[in-house]
Amino acid sequence: MGLFSRRKTKFVDSDVLVIGGGMAGCGATYEARHWGRDLKIVCVEKANIERSGAVAQGLYAINCYMGMQWDENQPEDHVRYARNDLMGLVREDLGYDIARHVDSTVHKFEEWGLPIMRDPETGRYQREGKWQIMIHGESYKPIVAEAARKAATEVYNRIMVTHLLMDKNKQNRVAGAVGFNVRTGDFYVFRAKAVIVAAGGASHIYKPRAVGEGMGRTWYAPWSSASAYALPIEVGAKMTQMENRIVLTRFKDGYGPVGAYFLHLKTYTENAYGEEYESTWYEHTKELVGDYVDRHPVPTCLRNHALLEELKAGRGPIRMVTKEAFQDPHKETVGWENFLGMTIGQAVVWASQNIDPKHTNPELTTSEPYVMGSHATCSGAWASGPEDYAPDEYQWGYNRMMTVDGLFGAGDTIGGTAHKFSSGSYTEGRIAAKAAVNYIKDMGKDGPQISEDEYENLKKVVFRPMENYEVGRNEIVAGTVSPSYLLPIQGLQRLEKIMDEYVGGISTGYMTNEPLLTRGLELLDMLREDMDHIGAEDLHQLQRAWELKHRLIASESVTHHTLFREETRWPGYYYRGDHMKLDDNDWHCFTLSKYHRETNEWELEKAPVYHIVD
Amino acid sequence: MPTFVYMTRCDGCGHCVDICPSDIMHIDKTYRRAYNIEPNMCWECYSCVKACPQNAIDARGYADFAPLGHSVRVLREPEKGTISWKIKFRNGHEKNFVSPIRTTPWGTIPSPAELPPPSENDFKNQELAHEPDALNIEGGLPALTSGQLKKGVI
Repeated sequence: MGLFSRRKTKFVDSDVLVIGGGMAGCGATYEARHWGRDLKIVCVEKANIERSGAVAQGLYAINCYMGMQWDENQPEDHVRYARNDLMGLVREDLGYDIARHVDSTVHKFEEWGLPIMRDPETGRYQREGKWQIMIHGESYKPIVAEAARKAATEVYNRIMVTHLLMDKNKQNRVAGAVGFNVRTGDFYVFRAKAVIVAAGGASHIYKPRAVGEGMGRTWYAPWSSASAYALPIEVGAKMTQMENRIVLTRFKDGYGPVGAYFLHLKTYTENAYGEEYESTWYEHTKELVGDYVDRHPVPTCLRNHALLEELKAGRGPIRMVTKEAFQDPHKETVGWENFLGMTIGQAVVWASQNIDPKHTNPELTTSEPYVMGSHATCSGAWASGPEDYAPDEYQWGYNRMMTVDGLFGAGDTIGGTAHKFSSGSYTEGRIAAKAAVNYIKDMGKDGPQISEDEYENLKKVVFRPMENYEVGRNEIVAGTVSPSYLLPIQGLQRLEKIMDEYVGGISTGYMTNEPLLTRGLELLDMLREDMDHIGAEDLHQLQRAWELKHRLIASESVTHHTLFREETRWPGYYYRGDHMKLDDNDWHCFTLSKYHRETNEWELEKAPVYHIVD
Repeated sequence: MPTFVYMTRCDGCGHCVDICPSDIMHIDKTYRRAYNIEPNMCWECYSCVKACPQNAIDARGYADFAPLGHSVRVLREPEKGTISWKIKFRNGHEKNFVSPIRTTPWGTIPSPAELPPPSENDFKNQELAHEPDALNIEGGLPALTSGQLKKGVI
């Protein structure tokens, strides 16, 4: 049994197990209680749900709100918008489903106490843009967490879930999950009839622009460690659009948001010489993507592309022209509160560098790539669609169920549904929870059984990094260099370097090709082998070790998907140098992958894109 | 450093340890006070700064791009329902902002278990909790028919 057999194992039984207590997880937990009055609803979170997930810091806008009560937008409009922004490829059935429900979510947030700004003239929610409403959202997450705590039977904070458990009798059916308590070191075995993965997307799989301390100031939270993908991938759930990583144009160094600046403050960009530059690259972009460049609004990736081309032409830096707008004291307040509400680090950068946007036009930059499913990008699991209208190929069971029985997802976990943001992720959690309760009702007495062999074996695997450290540490005098183990940060930096140099990171200008990707896969494979030799000094490092493992699994998936799609669908997010043009004849489709853990093989295929409206 | 803790103010209560989303605020075993064990995994989210009852935690911008001499201080007052910020630039210039954080008393959100229980029929339709009422629209939850879906290139 090894050094750690003395560790306690704790068993938790539940009907619905929600993994991750961010926006999607809190939505799932809340809704599960409504439908499952007598069910045991358990939410497990690696941090503290009061401040966890991407919204831990707060938000200054809710970016997905229809406003159907004022006839501002209808769900179809949102489908068109997301489809357009993602260059034609979204799961329109899933997107419509979120859009038709999202207003009820936002109305509950307001009722619970979230301060939503109102337009003083119309009395409606203050619009930042067509889809965005402005909020004072410093306590967005604590408010949402309060509702989830009221609904849950139990919330387990500070437990890092490492693996899902499968049913020992029925193939391809989930039965629970395992993990460890980051404080006590206890091993946890969660038995569940249905599991909802509502974990986070992936920061830190690509080398960030910042070096040293600043590597924490990633655009997406550093604690978003790709568990959203790794957990389902390892049990063979099909994934989609994992190549569709996102690159963000943001204020330099702090990655402060630009949405309110563009949409509400009406600031605009210019090159170093005060010139508008997007039109310069119109013809060039049209050669790559054809008519997609004429869509309105211009897709996010294509705006990135124009900025990158302008920088390559030697006319950087690109700046946001704020000096005019910031003369208005109201707009100045909005500009600063926007950061203080959701990206405090940008206010810190500007204060430190004496950048007052009233007097200086601040620089913009493009971020390192991120893999997630809720912003202007849609990586994630391939999920069954809504029962009332999803086409046959998108429907094999319950809404938001993956290709594994009883395994549901929401938020960053579910692929194909761009632009759901905080409110849409919460809403998707609600959708998944109702479906999960229905799944349990229909299951009857035929509940899943976990295998003792499986969880006992996983217990050894989970704590092995601590054993590696304890043994290897005695070989060396002191320091961080060991011949027998790698520290988690060392593994993370290797992963980031591989992804950066071979899979289209910042150092190649987001460029890759088949030979680079093939070599990248070889190096990732060696890192995967080295993961058996990660050393963790303590429980905090053990958490880092498992976050790294999850990031690595997601990275392998991203690389396989990028290799499979032989076109450049989203210039400005990444480029296939060997297939520089968008190719609607062969690639107007989703990419799907399935990982076979017994053989360590990845199987890729295409799936059709269905369009709801013209 | 992202966040750091002032020795004379911290009393080792552990609120920051409990709240940090990145698990990087830990108690130093010798001094029995909190410190940031992993600054390069700090998002400067200020969760610990806001949670500290002693105002012992502050942030110093990331060393690789933030010159010294600035500060961004915060006072979160949950009972008052406000948050106050003071930004001090390297050149000494200051800006102050105050925002509301919540419009209702803390702890007042009802559990969904207090709602009337759903009927058997409710399980079969597409409506979620509070729907259709909370949508604030006539005609109920919007829906598509499967005939509206078609395959192909737009």
